Amino acid sequence: MPKNEKLKSILIIGSGPIVIGQACEFDYAGSQSLRSLREDGIETILINSNPATIMTDPSMADHVYLLPLTTKSIIQILKEHPQIDAVLPTMGGQTALNLCIEADEKGIWKDFDVDLIGVDIDAINITEDREKFRELMLKIGVGMAPQATATSFLKGKEIAQEFGFPLVIRASYTLGGAGASIVYKPEDFDDLLRRGLEISPIHEVMIDKAMMGWKEYELELLRDKNNNVVIICAIENMDPMGIHTGDSITVAPAMTLSDTTYQKMRDLAIKMMRSIGDFEGGCNVQFAVSPDDKEDIIAIEINPRVSRSSALASKATGYPIAKVATKLAIGYSLDELENQITKSTSALFEPTLDYVIVKIPRWNFDKFEGSDRTLGLQMKAVGEVMGIGRSFQEALHKATQSLEIKRNGLGADGKGYKDYDQIISKLTHASWDRVFVIYDAIQMGIPLSRIHDITKIDMWYLRQYEELYMLEKEISTYTIASLDRDLLLEAKQKGFADRQIAHMLGCYESEVYNKRTELKINRVYKLVDTCAAEFKAMTPYYYSTFEAEIETPDGTRYVENDSEVSDKKKIVVLGSGPNRIGQGIEFDYCCVHGVLAAAECGYETVMINCNPETVSTDFDTADKLYFEPVFWEHIYDIIRHEKPEGVIVQLGGQTALKLAEKLSKYGIKIIGTSFESLDLAEDRGSFSTLLKENNIPYPEFDIAETADEALAVADKLDFPILVRPSYVLGGQGMKIVINKQELEEHVVDLLRKIPNNKLLLDHYLDGAIEAEADAICDGENVYIIGIMEHIEPCGIHSGDSNATLPPFNLGEFVMQQIKDHTKKIALALNTVGLINIQFAIKDDTVYIIEANPRASRTVPFIAKAYGEPYVNYATKVMLGEKKVTDFDFKPHLDGYAIKQPAFSFNKFPNVDKKLGPEMKSTGESILFIDSLKDDEFYNLYSRRKMYLSK
Amino acid sequence: MKYQSRKKALILLADGTIFHGKAVGETEGSAFGEVCFNTGMTGYQEIFTDPSYYGQLMVTTNAHIGNYGTKEEESQSDSVKIAGLICRNFSYQYSREQADDSLENFLAKSNLIAISDVDTRALVSHIRDNGAMNGVITTEVEKLDELKKQLAAVPNMDGLELASKVSTKEPYYFGDENSNYKVAALDIGIKKNILRNIASRGAYVKVFPYDTKFEDMAAWNPDGYFLSNGPGDPEPLKSAIGVAKQIIEKDKPLFGICLGHQVIALANGVSTYKMHNGHRGINHPVKNLLTGKGEITSQNHGFAVNREEAESNTELEVTHVHLNDDTVAGIKMKNKNCFSVQYHPEASPGPNDSLYLFDQFIENIAKAN
Repeated sequence: MPKNEKLKSILIIGSGPIVIGQACEFDYAGSQSLRSLREDGIETILINSNPATIMTDPSMADHVYLLPLTTKSIIQILKEHPQIDAVLPTMGGQTALNLCIEADEKGIWKDFDVDLIGVDIDAINITEDREKFRELMLKIGVGMAPQATATSFLKGKEIAQEFGFPLVIRASYTLGGAGASIVYKPEDFDDLLRRGLEISPIHEVMIDKAMMGWKEYELELLRDKNNNVVIICAIENMDPMGIHTGDSITVAPAMTLSDTTYQKMRDLAIKMMRSIGDFEGGCNVQFAVSPDDKEDIIAIEINPRVSRSSALASKATGYPIAKVATKLAIGYSLDELENQITKSTSALFEPTLDYVIVKIPRWNFDKFEGSDRTLGLQMKAVGEVMGIGRSFQEALHKATQSLEIKRNGLGADGKGYKDYDQIISKLTHASWDRVFVIYDAIQMGIPLSRIHDITKIDMWYLRQYEELYMLEKEISTYTIASLDRDLLLEAKQKGFADRQIAHMLGCYESEVYNKRTELKINRVYKLVDTCAAEFKAMTPYYYSTFEAEIETPDGTRYVENDSEVSDKKKIVVLGSGPNRIGQGIEFDYCCVHGVLAAAECGYETVMINCNPETVSTDFDTADKLYFEPVFWEHIYDIIRHEKPEGVIVQLGGQTALKLAEKLSKYGIKIIGTSFESLDLAEDRGSFSTLLKENNIPYPEFDIAETADEALAVADKLDFPILVRPSYVLGGQGMKIVINKQELEEHVVDLLRKIPNNKLLLDHYLDGAIEAEADAICDGENVYIIGIMEHIEPCGIHSGDSNATLPPFNLGEFVMQQIKDHTKKIALALNTVGLINIQFAIKDDTVYIIEANPRASRTVPFIAKAYGEPYVNYATKVMLGEKKVTDFDFKPHLDGYAIKQPAFSFNKFPNVDKKLGPEMKSTGESILFIDSLKDDEFYNLYSRRKMYLSK
Repeated sequence: MKYQSRKKALILLADGTIFHGKAVGETEGSAFGEVCFNTGMTGYQEIFTDPSYYGQLMVTTNAHIGNYGTKEEESQSDSVKIAGLICRNFSYQYSREQADDSLENFLAKSNLIAISDVDTRALVSHIRDNGAMNGVITTEVEKLDELKKQLAAVPNMDGLELASKVSTKEPYYFGDENSNYKVAALDIGIKKNILRNIASRGAYVKVFPYDTKFEDMAAWNPDGYFLSNGPGDPEPLKSAIGVAKQIIEKDKPLFGICLGHQVIALANGVSTYKMHNGHRGINHPVKNLLTGKGEITSQNHGFAVNREEAESNTELEVTHVHLNDDTVAGIKMKNKNCFSVQYHPEASPGPNDSLYLFDQFIENIAKAN
């Protein structure tokens, strides 16, 4: 009997709102897991408080509970479903594991006769209790860094005395390295020790001797009930020990490990997994290797669950770890399962790659004014991108092109640092842009050995960088006319963008593009297939590269392309790139639903995205997945290859939307609302004219491009004035100023950071109430899917506000204005698809703050609260398959749904936690309340008064 | 330092297809052989020096080759055994404190021709779809017509005896002569790590040339016999097959790996055949039918043992199968002290999941004593 037939109903715990260290990779894991259980006919019950997830879609599980992740909710669910046989807590990150332990300690699982599958409590305890873990490792002969535990301040001081500096403090039972720090100097020790003790729920810290500069690796393991263990992926951190792996640039396969050392590490990992307990599923092990000739290996930690790295490993190899881990948890053994990619070979194997992946984290330090931007043991990144290429250089370039930080790759854009001291300082204190600074340092002529001394980055990587720079230098000696095919091909193979090559040659991007088209240097697409082409694979998961030519016996030359184009009509959906504040999992939710809806309409769907954490980049989501940067050159080449009917840009947030102009210019059809309308909504001048024509009020405003102009505008508008740049995300750079001095300072600052921006200056409606509406429009009819009222007053970014659906105290008169305005604006903008409009309400007048004819952050929330598939409907409208009047809308909600933002301030101890017009939250959760008498609402509402009284 | 462009080079396959690439280093000329691919992501040096690869043009599927240089101790024989190397990206610069040379120098010492910048993925798919075939890699891109003629004259691997090319000419010893046991190993292409694994378990090994007679091996009075891995078709190895028959007849402890495994099958009257494109990599799943457990194994073979014949043979039991294609991965004799595996328990490169087989061999010897 392959699987455990006793398991008929299983509870899965999600990971809750997105915070730093726990992002949408757990939506990916949970969704896969639910699908995997369903395949086996098992009833699924899910608890997760995060509404912006695919896993919480009604179609994903038999019963979905959007409840707070507390033992109270668990008891409620177990009472309502006494049939639940087991709980699978390994798909929801540390949050789910912690909840599982709490429930276990309270005896809840025992009371309801629920088995724990996929992990055992002892294994969690051992791996979380660093002292026990250490004992165990030493017992089984696995090396560890010298370490000691402190449960008091005094004990901590003693340990430091013994170890000397630098050393590392880690708080027990915390997430993403919260409370962890490297201490270089004795004078910093006291504060950091105190903080670690405070953050740990059991007031315990581990003090390790720092293994700074050791090479860092992660292995992803799977084990079945027969104790078979396979390694799915070995990931090498380009940034050595000292920087949290979530903040490190990581590479797979391992680039600088010999077979001898790798096999030792593999043996240790297997031994460790077998030693911590008896469980079936996934596991992540981290190691450090000494960079000297000893190649000593020490264990750092082991996580007995699906992790951020397993999502990355799944995308890096094509092997769906969460899906298989789930099958193992319900009793299958690896040899009974098939390889999901080839469908012809066994799941008991270790994937092999014929490409390289590079992951680069995405940070948002600009949102945390005053934060320490140096990277260290505590994770600070809010998202990540992955680049896939046929060489490290190509993958690195593609990852840098995916970041959306206005860089085109490494070098060749004139944006590099040129100051020696600044470069050395940036190398020394690793920050978000070190990946670029290494290139600048080489460009400046700083010896590789010096860069290596400072960063401890393996010389192999630095030489790869060096070769890129030498190639840039070589190409720069040519002109577009004199550059030969070989060199151009090499530059493309090494990942340089047309735009960068144009910069080197001093010509236009289009000239480079034309030249390479002429010379037949075209992108080809290769398959991610787990097996380096050894077996034929059926899974449509592609990445691009440039390859050398092949010649058939009759002399025909061609370049091999794995991606065959079908004759079906196709739709391309542009993804939302890396998670960041203001653009997170909500947009991935929208993209996935867009894909599914387009498929329902009979289209072949093509997804383009570069965020490895997401469901949209699961090879099961779209008919074809191109794991590529959402970067013009890559997108255009895919479109030329696939020749779709059109491109959906309104689901992928600002990332996709900002490509609309160029798509439109190149004659590519934008599905739904046209570029002109998107642009009209974004252009404050034209948009206000539109509002004026429709008799819709808006706060007085003007536009300024210099500080002088801004001051002149201030003479017309009354203070307070809200200043914001155009075309930005999540209220970046938005500020309310109360006098001319503040205005001048802020404008000067903004124009320095974002040159040539048009700044918008609004008269700020002090004390107003904020509300927003989302609607679907087909160009003729408008259906408002939901109106939400912010609990905090105007001035707090909508993403950071608590908000209720429906509004809790807006009168009939105000509601009518909101509805009328929404409909008028949607029609006036010729919206086809979704639109979100934000309002400020003062003295019973509804003013328009802004309108965005695209999917908004709130759409998934409203869809979950009302139990309606709005993105699906909107996509069908966009495609012209349906009219708004074709749908039978049946929203259902008893009471209210409150959207509650989640913050990650604990990762930034010195940051101003005050909320304002600039968004700072990283995630959100949903709370259903029966009435406004609910305590939770009352608490939030009383805080509103506090804001007003300020 | 200046960016270095490399000279053109190419691979011409027996079916006339040409894959373009760049020459690695300064070595010029042409090399002929059977084109095969290995999917391992580590262990290139071990592969290149493995005698089983003698005469083959090796396509490495890993995106980069040469990153960590070479280290003498990791070689599996005293020289490079492949006929030529085909890869996507070649690392001229390496990084590893333990390394004693770059892969470029290591290959140049053997005058080995290597070519990089090839669409290796397309080449692997081509072999996968059309089967293993001969080819030539060359830096002499102007001499295509001549090379085509020469290529046509290269013999097919099917029926080709190659053990004689890689076997030791004279017997030699390995290990500690005061060990508990003595093992006589017939070298039809033996890897160093096999010797290390046997010796480290308390056996003194004497390695005999491929054409040694059983009597000459028996004269040393060994406690057990070992038949090694090696290149080429097992069928022409009449002498080795004869030796195997005699060892079995005497019921002496016998262990065979890879080519040695095929020789044992042939000695039992079970035939072997040339596979479509063979198994070469370090991620091959094998199931041990005796324990029900899986192991990830290192494999390198282009020939296999006929499963039907092995199963219907009353003397034999199939003990291990390859999970991807159900081919025979291990056999034992029901009434004799003899077993063998198609894969490489000695790893190097590859996982150490199957080291228990060496323990078993030593146990078998202990029991027989």
